[in-house]
Amino acid sequence: MKTDDTAARRHWMSVLARASADDMRRCLADCPPLPDHVTLRGPETGLVMTRGRAGGGGAAFNLGEMTVTRCTVRSGGQIGHAYVAGRDGGHAELAARIDAALQDPALHDALHRNVVARLAQEQAAARAEAARRAAATRVQFFTMATMR
Amino acid sequence: MAYVAVKGGERAIDNAHAWLAEDRRGDPAVAEIGTDQIAEQLGRAVDRVMAEGSLYDRELAALAIKQAQGDLIEAAFLLRAYRTTLPRFAYSRPVDTAAMQIRRRISAVFKDLPGGQVLGPTYDYTHRLLDFALAAGGQPPPAPEAPADDMRMPRVSDILGHEGLIERDGAPDGEPGDLTREPLAFPAGRDLRLQALARGDEGFLLALGYSTQRGWGGTHPFVGEIRLGEVSVEIEPPELGFAIDIGDMTLTECQMVNQFAGSKTVPPQFTRGYGLAFGHAERKAMAMALVDRAMRAEELGEDVKAPAQNIEFVLYHSDNIEATGFVEHLKLPHYVDFQSELETVRRMRADAMRMQEAAE
Repeated sequence: MKTDDTAARRHWMSVLARASADDMRRCLADCPPLPDHVTLRGPETGLVMTRGRAGGGGAAFNLGEMTVTRCTVRSGGQIGHAYVAGRDGGHAELAARIDAALQDPALHDALHRNVVARLAQEQAAARAEAARRAAATRVQFFTMATMR
Repeated sequence: MAYVAVKGGERAIDNAHAWLAEDRRGDPAVAEIGTDQIAEQLGRAVDRVMAEGSLYDRELAALAIKQAQGDLIEAAFLLRAYRTTLPRFAYSRPVDTAAMQIRRRISAVFKDLPGGQVLGPTYDYTHRLLDFALAAGGQPPPAPEAPADDMRMPRVSDILGHEGLIERDGAPDGEPGDLTREPLAFPAGRDLRLQALARGDEGFLLALGYSTQRGWGGTHPFVGEIRLGEVSVEIEPPELGFAIDIGDMTLTECQMVNQFAGSKTVPPQFTRGYGLAFGHAERKAMAMALVDRAMRAEELGEDVKAPAQNIEFVLYHSDNIEATGFVEHLKLPHYVDFQSELETVRRMRADAMRMQEAAE
């Protein structure tokens, strides 16, 4: 896979991992149906050992595990993969199916527009809202103003 | 040896568990609590159970809390037991806390640091008065918002580090050890120490951290920075050959800055202790950072005199699952053990009395 393709796929996989199965189904309602698929692996739940770095940027250490569910499907000529945090097999399977379909040039644009772009926008909006709430709690020191 | 070995024990156990289930449910006239309510409304308990259970999964932690009737150590125990049933798929890439989506970020040493002091959802500055309005329930007003500039929030250690006044993070290389795979061995490197602290009992670490402040291995700490927010978790599945995000997790990070007089090889500077914990867990992250720094005593050429500086002592006693297992096993039947001890004490008493009689 070319570098650009890899970057695009990384992006949509991250968006799908952060969405819920319900979010994806809602967006898929406006798309042509996903092609039939064969499940090659899973969905199965396991663990990822997460890591941090000493001091934030030093040597790595093992922080603790998190649950993750993975699924691999084949649909059309494409292989779709998903690794998503949590234990929702339906989420992982749907994400893998969409990953496969997005690699099909005939399906890519509609799916990207209706699912990936829309979910990415919703996720960005949620992040922006959290950032605005945080900004409202930023301390405004008046010391400098009164010293002038 | 357990009660099942005794005739009649099995039924007693079954009946005891039936009563426990009823006791857990409480008065049926009161609505049953949902695990979603625990996950949403008892978030700090969920965070603690995830940290000490060493498993990031809010739903499972909420279920464990319900099952354990709010006994958080028992709940963490349930998570630890559950994780043994799952295969390990991967190690993540180290999370990048500098890229955290910040909800809270404060520094007690720099007022005007880039990004500013962001209080976030905190209990600090509350008056710790019971809020009886909360007992009545009701919807709080929405939290205010303000324009969020796109200001980056560099870690405070990176800001002060440029002047050489504060020690740097050290080389970012090396494959860390894993306590869940190999038994603890000494000397334990900082990687293993940090892993043990991250899953260690908050109460134990809090007390040890407190002891260092009171002079038992004093470290003159300042909170360089505390940050709370979401970081993305990345893995690199071999079948893909590139890294992907699998989701976000909430972390609390504490950079403790400590005075250091210097040694033969290192000029006077500030040294650091580091804390990183699952969820919103400020007390835990701070205590972890204090104890991390205390355990670096030998590395920094300081005398090792206090409990918090004793790596073996801290690491062997920080895990509350191991601790509760060993303490609580004492209540299981020790009939045979005790019978043999009883025989021994009887014999010793008889010997002692014979000696006394002979002497008289």
